Amino acid sequence: MKMNQLVLPLVLALAATLATTGCKHGPTKITQLYGQKPPPIQGEKQPETVTSMQPITTEPLPIATEKVQPPGTYPTAEIDLTKYDQDRAALAAHTVHFKFDSSTVQNNEQANIASVAQALASDMNAKLLIEGHCDERGTEEYNRSLGERRALALREALQKAGVDSLRVKTISYGKDKPADPAHDDAAWTKNRRGEFILLHPKAGV
Amino acid sequence: MKKLTLNFLTIGLVAVAMLGTTRAQDVVLPPITKDTEQFGQKPVLISLEGISGEAAEVLKFDLFVQGFNFVAPDAAQYQISGSSAGDVSGRVMDRLAKKVMLSRSYNGASVRRQAHAFADDIVAAIQNKKGIGQTKIAFKSQAPSGNGEIYVADFDGHGAQAVTTDSAIVAKPSWVPGKLAVYYTSYARGNPDIFFHSLSSGQRRVIAGYSGLNTSAAVSPDGSKVAMILSKSGSPNVWVCNADGSNLKRLTTGLEDSSPTWSNDGQWICFATKIAERRRLAKVSVNGGKIQTLNTAGVSNPTEPDWSPDGKWIAFTRQAGDFDICVMSADGTVPPVVLVAGQNPSWAPNSRTLVFNHEIGHRQVLSVLDVFTKQYKDCLRANGSNSQPAWAK
Repeated sequence: MKMNQLVLPLVLALAATLATTGCKHGPTKITQLYGQKPPPIQGEKQPETVTSMQPITTEPLPIATEKVQPPGTYPTAEIDLTKYDQDRAALAAHTVHFKFDSSTVQNNEQANIASVAQALASDMNAKLLIEGHCDERGTEEYNRSLGERRALALREALQKAGVDSLRVKTISYGKDKPADPAHDDAAWTKNRRGEFILLHPKAGV
Repeated sequence: MKKLTLNFLTIGLVAVAMLGTTRAQDVVLPPITKDTEQFGQKPVLISLEGISGEAAEVLKFDLFVQGFNFVAPDAAQYQISGSSAGDVSGRVMDRLAKKVMLSRSYNGASVRRQAHAFADDIVAAIQNKKGIGQTKIAFKSQAPSGNGEIYVADFDGHGAQAVTTDSAIVAKPSWVPGKLAVYYTSYARGNPDIFFHSLSSGQRRVIAGYSGLNTSAAVSPDGSKVAMILSKSGSPNVWVCNADGSNLKRLTTGLEDSSPTWSNDGQWICFATKIAERRRLAKVSVNGGKIQTLNTAGVSNPTEPDWSPDGKWIAFTRQAGDFDICVMSADGTVPPVVLVAGQNPSWAPNSRTLVFNHEIGHRQVLSVLDVFTKQYKDCLRANGSNSQPAWAK
């Protein structure tokens, strides 16, 4: 992770340099920074500034551009949902569940967080919508805030896993959209949840 | 929307008509009674003769939820008699003082409106208070899908009319004091946004549509400001802005705040928050600064505070397994009193009656409660599950 954080600015610098020099001496156009094997770098044809560059990893590049702040202090993302197709199936298996009246992401949910982070890292055009939900044992507006807090806690967990929080939009449904409409422990356990919806840019938008 | 305007117009017409038919010489003003309102007080015993049908139903509902109870004439402190054949007319006799306190006849509009007007006159004559018989509420009606609409209705649930036609999730209507206008939350645009909606023109616009949560609008007593919950800075907190959405200012920085409500002087905002994983009520100055927690010792998990229009009381919901309506004094001198099962209390203009919702067969039903006698009656039900009532003031 640390190395990726070091490499990213260099990759960006390379892209910027190539763009300003019109790619005259570049090997190929660099259009895809993420999720693909970068083009081979041939020392002779590179501008001098990059000859001392470290080897570029071929792994996807999760980015963590923001320094760590306390929970609850990351401004929400401006993402216009009308410009995206919502893929509810892709990450449906990674829905995270919460304890009663809690917005703490449990340790046993880390695998789900890692999977969601991986999906976002492998498709840098995608963005993410997190829905926060509650069980019915809480008042309506209290639950609307708790649902938002749950979604924001998941967003913060994803950020720790390298996801740029500005790619992540949150929405709270409080107790208005239960996964299970029953009124028992089993239903409540299912309903205290955060769902991940992958957002793909609509064609032509 | 046109219909609603007409209804409000007819109230005005009834009022004018009443002026014309009141026989002023029959009206004897009651002695000014001292303010003896307290929890657990006995209802004022009254009797009703000669008035039947819809008019009697209205009188019984209106007076019951303002601290009166109906008994036989020989057991009543005040005897109400009159007629509801055609128009409503009636009088109130003080049995102890052997005096006629009120004698009046009504015409225009409907029997229902005339009876509400008579109920208000009875409250004014006996309690020396402005009655709530001709007041309105707004509320949320929700289908099992989660979608719903904002409605307005008479305070007893009659004459309900949909304000919205979005088939979207809606929440927390709040009236502009003295105006035919409400704020509410709607997911109609795909995000929980706060709308301002003029009921007279039908026009509406988003006053808070920031990224994240925009909800729980509460209008200041003078109508100039709106408090609300926004998460745009990364957590659901209390913010305040001008009525048109301008001049936005953040007031709290906790991790999880909800349900702001204004003090009657417009200087404080009480809200629900979470401190060290415990739900608490707190207040903050409208100018910002440190939050002050309220002492709600003895009741668990307080949320949904609603400050009474006279500034004395804060009603809220506690959760101990199920939900209960509680009331405490805003200055902390009267500790919380648990009243009845329910949620979402909203004060009437009289600072004595609350509208709230409670569960019947997994559906929410609106109900009206007199806090001092704990008497309550269910409102007429609109479609679906009815909740988050807001009393127009």
